[in-house]
Amino acid sequence: MLYGYAGKILKIDLSSGKHSIENTPQKLAEEYLGGRGFVARLLYDMIEPGIDPLGPKNVVVIATGPLSGHLLPGSGKTHFGALSPATGGYGDSNLGGHFGPNLKYAGYDCLILTGAADRLSTLVIDNDKIEIFAEDKLQGRGAIEAEKDLKDRLGEEFQILTIGPAGENRVVYACISHDFGRQAGRTGVAAVLGSKNIKAIAVRGSGNIPVFNPKAAQKKGEEMYKVCFSKPGFKTWTPYGTASITGWANEVGAFPTRNFQTSYADFHHKINGQAIIDRLLVTDKGCFGCPTPCGKYGYTKTAVGSAYVEGPEYESIATLGGSCCLEEIEEVAYANYVCDQLGLDTISAGVVVSFAMECFEKGVLSAEDAGREISFGSLEDVVYLLEKIAAREGIGAILADGVKTAAAAFEGGSEKYAIHVKGLEWSGYECRNAPGMMLSYMTADVGAHHNRSWALGYDVSQSDADVSELIEAGAGGPMEISSPDGKVDHVISMQHSRPLYDTLGICRLQTMEIGFETIHYEEVFELIAGRKITWQEMLFISERIWQLTRQFNVKHIEGFGRSWDYPPERFMEEPVASGPNKGRFIERKILDNMLDEYYEKRGWDENGVPKPETLAYFRLV
Amino acid sequence: MKLKVKEEQCSGCNVCRVVCTLQNFGAVQPSQALLRIKGRFPEPGTYQIAYCNQCGDCADACPEDAIKEKNGEYNIDYDLCTQCLLCVDSCPLEVMVVTEAGYPAKCTGCGKCVKLCPRQAVLADRDARGS
Repeated sequence: MLYGYAGKILKIDLSSGKHSIENTPQKLAEEYLGGRGFVARLLYDMIEPGIDPLGPKNVVVIATGPLSGHLLPGSGKTHFGALSPATGGYGDSNLGGHFGPNLKYAGYDCLILTGAADRLSTLVIDNDKIEIFAEDKLQGRGAIEAEKDLKDRLGEEFQILTIGPAGENRVVYACISHDFGRQAGRTGVAAVLGSKNIKAIAVRGSGNIPVFNPKAAQKKGEEMYKVCFSKPGFKTWTPYGTASITGWANEVGAFPTRNFQTSYADFHHKINGQAIIDRLLVTDKGCFGCPTPCGKYGYTKTAVGSAYVEGPEYESIATLGGSCCLEEIEEVAYANYVCDQLGLDTISAGVVVSFAMECFEKGVLSAEDAGREISFGSLEDVVYLLEKIAAREGIGAILADGVKTAAAAFEGGSEKYAIHVKGLEWSGYECRNAPGMMLSYMTADVGAHHNRSWALGYDVSQSDADVSELIEAGAGGPMEISSPDGKVDHVISMQHSRPLYDTLGICRLQTMEIGFETIHYEEVFELIAGRKITWQEMLFISERIWQLTRQFNVKHIEGFGRSWDYPPERFMEEPVASGPNKGRFIERKILDNMLDEYYEKRGWDENGVPKPETLAYFRLV
Repeated sequence: MKLKVKEEQCSGCNVCRVVCTLQNFGAVQPSQALLRIKGRFPEPGTYQIAYCNQCGDCADACPEDAIKEKNGEYNIDYDLCTQCLLCVDSCPLEVMVVTEAGYPAKCTGCGKCVKLCPRQAVLADRDARGS
């Protein structure tokens, strides 16, 4: 008995419509735990090199973790992965809500989709009954609208994933939507679902998950909630959620503004967490098992349109607010809503739109190219571009492939304005004064994403303070130049600890934001799964997964290596235009030194390729 | 313990439902929880909590007089229950369930949902008799 797990893997061949169910292999559970570990291992084993990410040979893996669905804080997480159409390499993303727990209650740890349906379809997993039906009426419908339609048709107890028109049209940064405002946004897994003609996946789970010691696990779970309730950040951080960091990000000069031309927005106080509470909030909205709901569900009214919308989260504030210069929280929220309905990742979409705006500002794009004049700060222009992108119409047909591809098409020096790593747009932290955070973005397996290692707090404070403590402390005066010394070790450590939450199927925010201790997860794991594994041992597994995703990129991206690990030239050559870090940038030679040290400590060669002995050590060959 | 709710406080996390099934059935199985949460999205963005208000309709429906009131709470006497499930059908809030063994189950007033709700959305009704 694999305690803690549902115990089965559901595999569906969409081309034939046939499915098979197999036991979750004990070896897979022991060596990769679940979630991100299952995604990485299964994708590595199943995807052949040289395939089209948007062809039927790509594979989508949706995996829960051993702690998903249990009584403990933040147990609502689900991991998604595929060969990324944005980068051509390893792609994954994660969301909260209620889907993963219900997949486990239906009996499955993991769902694997291969092949492609011959027409747009919805996949329904109703416990042991699996059905795929044609979904013509939802073609072109918004992701939120489609979820509502399916809830009404199937029933409240179904948990539903949908894609919007952007996913149907294979925009490489299309997102998977769930629970009216939760998204698996990054790396374009929704475009892969679109290429497989899957508009929605609905699950109803009525069963239970076997627990080794239910009474003791319940007692421990209750204790874990009470520990969360006792943390100071429980009361100070929760009301604002992730948006609480907006002010701090500006104080320390890390807020991407005007397509990352600068790192401070003088209007930040109008688009922060307090503005959400004062001007938008209808209710706090939590994921499954969450004691600290960061979801802020609200209503926004603008000259362009009005809508109910969850968010904006900090990342959407940074990219749609800061990078596109939308100066009012209502405007940021409305742009967020448009992204949600179209099924676009707000991070990549915000950066792509601000890239187009800078191209126009600098004369790379004309009004004729763009279809009209476009400028920073205009909500109308943001919505115009988002709609064009989702439909792949006009300029949107080029922007739909991301800034890296668009810059190659636009030419005229526009690659300077394309803010990405490996083809994935940069998320919400500017780091021309943050070498640790810069290295985090450079070396993240999926491209420029913050969640693998958020070293910015360490760059600023040289401590392991949680976010609520960082906000409390503030910048503490003028920003000093942040040294690269000691940052490599910290980044490596975070690249194991943060993705471990995605592997266990839980939310990291209770630890990262309010200081919840990891020892609790170690203890509850033993009571749920019936085997002892220390946090350190779990970190070793996380390191194994890190090595595997690097090797995945070596396997799938032709010529992959060091040259894929650099930030855009802007961050190495162009001084920050204003704010606390005005005039600063990090020279390439400093980043070269950091990369050398990073590769050596990782057991990779000087080109960043894992050495055979490293792969052998982690039992990857 | 008799319950009351403040729906405007609810964030839909379902912690109450998970601890309910662990406490009452020793299982992680929210589909069997003795209270339900419905999110009303995309609009108006609110939650409804269906919970046992100890109305006694189940007791009225029971032909065996197996559901008895004590201090304002109704509990099932499983020695008398014949598994007819008329009580489950009679529950106006649909917060009774049928166990795997085929018996009806209702809120026992254990109060675990109250203790663990992160939002104070499910509360003890201190004004109620026996709470």
